Amino acid sequence: MIPLILFILCAALAIAGAIVLIWAHEPIHSALALILVMVALAILYLLLGAPFISAVQIIVYAGAIMVLFVFVIMLLNFGLEERTNFSKLAIPGALLAVVLMAEIAHWLAHSSIGRAMANGPAAPATEASTVELSKMLFRQYLFPFEATSILILIAILGALVLARKES
Amino acid sequence: MTGAIPISWYLVLSAILFGLGVIAFVFKRNVITVFMSIELMLNAVNLAFVAFARAHDQLDGLVFVFFVIVVAAAEAAVGLAIVIMLAQNRQSLNVERVNLLKL
Repeated sequence: MIPLILFILCAALAIAGAIVLIWAHEPIHSALALILVMVALAILYLLLGAPFISAVQIIVYAGAIMVLFVFVIMLLNFGLEERTNFSKLAIPGALLAVVLMAEIAHWLAHSSIGRAMANGPAAPATEASTVELSKMLFRQYLFPFEATSILILIAILGALVLARKES
Repeated sequence: MTGAIPISWYLVLSAILFGLGVIAFVFKRNVITVFMSIELMLNAVNLAFVAFARAHDQLDGLVFVFFVIVVAAAEAAVGLAIVIMLAQNRQSLNVERVNLLKL
C-alpha cells in the first residue's frame, strides 16, 4: 500500500513539475521545476530497487547539472522569457507528442509483451546490488566506461574553447 | 518493495514526461529552457530504462542509465558554453534570434 501511495505522489509531483516547466515565464522557475521532477524520479528509482542510480540521479543531475543551469541563468540574467509568436512547427510538434503518447498506450494495451507487463505485477523485489552493478560496469562495459572518460575530457576542452574571450 | 505497482505504470509515466518534454521543446522560446526540456526528455528515457531493467531483472539497463547521465553531464557543459557565447553575441536568449551561424 505504501509503495502505491508513494508512486502516485511522486508521479503527480513529476508531472506537475514538467507542467510548471512549460508554464513558467522565468527561466529560473523552470529550472527549479526541473529539479523537482528529478528528485521525484530519484524516489521512483528507489521504488524500482535501484538505490545506486537514485543516488547518482540526485548527485549528478539535481546536484551538478542543475547547479550549472542555475549558475548560467543567473550569470546571464536576461529576466523574463520573451513572448513572441511561436514557431509554426510548434502546433504539429505538440500534436506529434500527443500521438507518441497515444501510440505507447496502444502498444501497452495490445502487444503481447505490453499486455504481460501491464497486467502482471513487477518482478520480485530484489534490490539491484551496487556490487553486481559495479562488476558489470568494470568488466562487461569496461571499454564504454573508458570511452566516456575521453568524452568528458573532450567536453571540458570544448567548453573552455567556446567560453574563452576572443582576442 | 515494488510489490503492487505494475511496470507499465512507470512506462506510462515515462511516456507522459517525454511528451511534456517534447511540448516544452517546441513551445519554449528561451535557449536555456529549450535545453532544460532536452534534459527532461533524457530523464523520461532513464525512467523507462530502469523500469525495463526491473521488468527483465537484468542490470544492463541500469548501466545504460549511468552512461546516459554521464553523456548528459558532458552535453550540459558544452551546451551551456554555447549558450554563453550566444548571449554575448546576440544580447538575447530568444531562439528566434539564433538563425545564423555567424553574425
